[in-house]
Amino acid sequence: MNLPRLKFSGKLSTSDKLYNFFATLTGLAIFTTEFFKQVFIPPFEIREIKKHMDELGVKTFGIVSITGIILGLVLTMQSQPVMQRFGASDFLPAMVSISVVRELGPVITALIFAGRVSSGIGAELGSMRVTEQIDAMEVSAINPFKYLVVTRIIATTLILPILTIYVMVIAIMGGYIAVIIVENMNFAYYQSAVVSAVQFGDLIPGVAKTFVFGFIVGIVGAYKGYSTEGGTEGVGKASTTAVVLSSLIILIFDTILVKITVWLWPTI
Amino acid sequence: MADNIAVKVENLTKGFPDLKVLENISFDVETGENLVVFGKSGTGKSVLLKCIIGLMKPEAGRIFVHGADVLNISIKELNEIRKNIGFLFQGAALYDSMSVRQNLEFPLKRNFSFTQKEIDGKIDRTLELVSLSEAVDKMPSELSGGMKKRIGLARAIITEPQLMLYDEPTTGLDPITSKEISELIINLQNHLKMTSIVVTHDLMCAKIIADRAIFLRDAKIAYEGDIESLTNSDDKFLKNFFSFDLIKES
Repeated sequence: MNLPRLKFSGKLSTSDKLYNFFATLTGLAIFTTEFFKQVFIPPFEIREIKKHMDELGVKTFGIVSITGIILGLVLTMQSQPVMQRFGASDFLPAMVSISVVRELGPVITALIFAGRVSSGIGAELGSMRVTEQIDAMEVSAINPFKYLVVTRIIATTLILPILTIYVMVIAIMGGYIAVIIVENMNFAYYQSAVVSAVQFGDLIPGVAKTFVFGFIVGIVGAYKGYSTEGGTEGVGKASTTAVVLSSLIILIFDTILVKITVWLWPTI
Repeated sequence: MADNIAVKVENLTKGFPDLKVLENISFDVETGENLVVFGKSGTGKSVLLKCIIGLMKPEAGRIFVHGADVLNISIKELNEIRKNIGFLFQGAALYDSMSVRQNLEFPLKRNFSFTQKEIDGKIDRTLELVSLSEAVDKMPSELSGGMKKRIGLARAIITEPQLMLYDEPTTGLDPITSKEISELIINLQNHLKMTSIVVTHDLMCAKIIADRAIFLRDAKIAYEGDIESLTNSDDKFLKNFFSFDLIKES
């Protein structure tokens, strides 16, 4: 696999930046193709995948919990005065839960996950690259792409949907906390309003797109780390650009996936 | 190709966008021989090793390792050859998320079907050879530079390869540790009967290890012969190159 080399020394001209942009896109395309070539070939490294899923889950559990609860609280508190003005306070649980399940939960979780995980993968693989650990693996007749990259991408793809469902639940609970602060609503009413508002059909596209987001976080982080050049400075750059690039691609894909969802399920 | 040739390099050419580092390089290494590759920094010594093991693709030329044309075989066939080659990296390249034991176990578990008892036995014996039995459960971050080199060496030889490639085995070490590492390398060579190619700047290391040496200069092999003939050469460049090492040695 020959990845295009980016220009990074000295002050970059506009044409250099343009070259780097297209080289990155090409590199990502080559990297993704290589992933799909290797993912179905044994060994499947199940132990490594489970290890990475454990690590990623533990690493992001705290931050997504806080994000989830704040998301529910803020959304409810911001929406409540407007809903009250229109005499629609009773719809507050439905509004919060549908917003969280369809859009805010998946996207916010993916962005938080990208910030925490994509940079981590970029830095980890980047430092392995500059200290020749990846080369050491290769000369030991071990496929580093399979062992280091494929396992991490599968782990991010599988763990993000689980975290997203968790965030959705936490955010809806956060919404309830806000509701009892600003409205006199009991839990039974809130719960039944949420359950009747959120259909199973709302959950499917919301969760399904997080598989794509998880894949993006993994592939961008791994690509940036695996192609690191230029010593410790390169590792820093790989880590930072992994976050920026994965967040940007997540938002672009979110727009595309929303359009596809609306096209496939016009009633949602 | 003769049976006693372990490595044959033919007209090897390798460059980077703004620099040609190797041009039409050809040499042989006989089975059991220790070849030292000298040269100033940036003359393509490490690149040469990386081409031999298939980490870099040259623009032209052929490389044979134990008769196999490593530039024209599949990755599966190349990996089979790599199982018989040990590589000591300049910075040891220990996997820093693994303990010393896991570093040594890694190639054995992945490429061979030894039982855990056999693996443990190999780890104990190899660590004994490099005199670091007590470091077995340490992490790489807890090791000194010299210890890292020894563990890197242990990891490279644990599979008992027929060919060893050393990239600057003594760089960054104090003279005493350098000498210890060089003596360790020659003892291992004698013990395991391996062929080796050693890239170094260190004359003391070369004097201990080398059967023969080549000197890279301006992308070509400028000199070839035994260490004594290189160090005693009347050539002005060689005199300059080795004078610093001779001062250091004295």
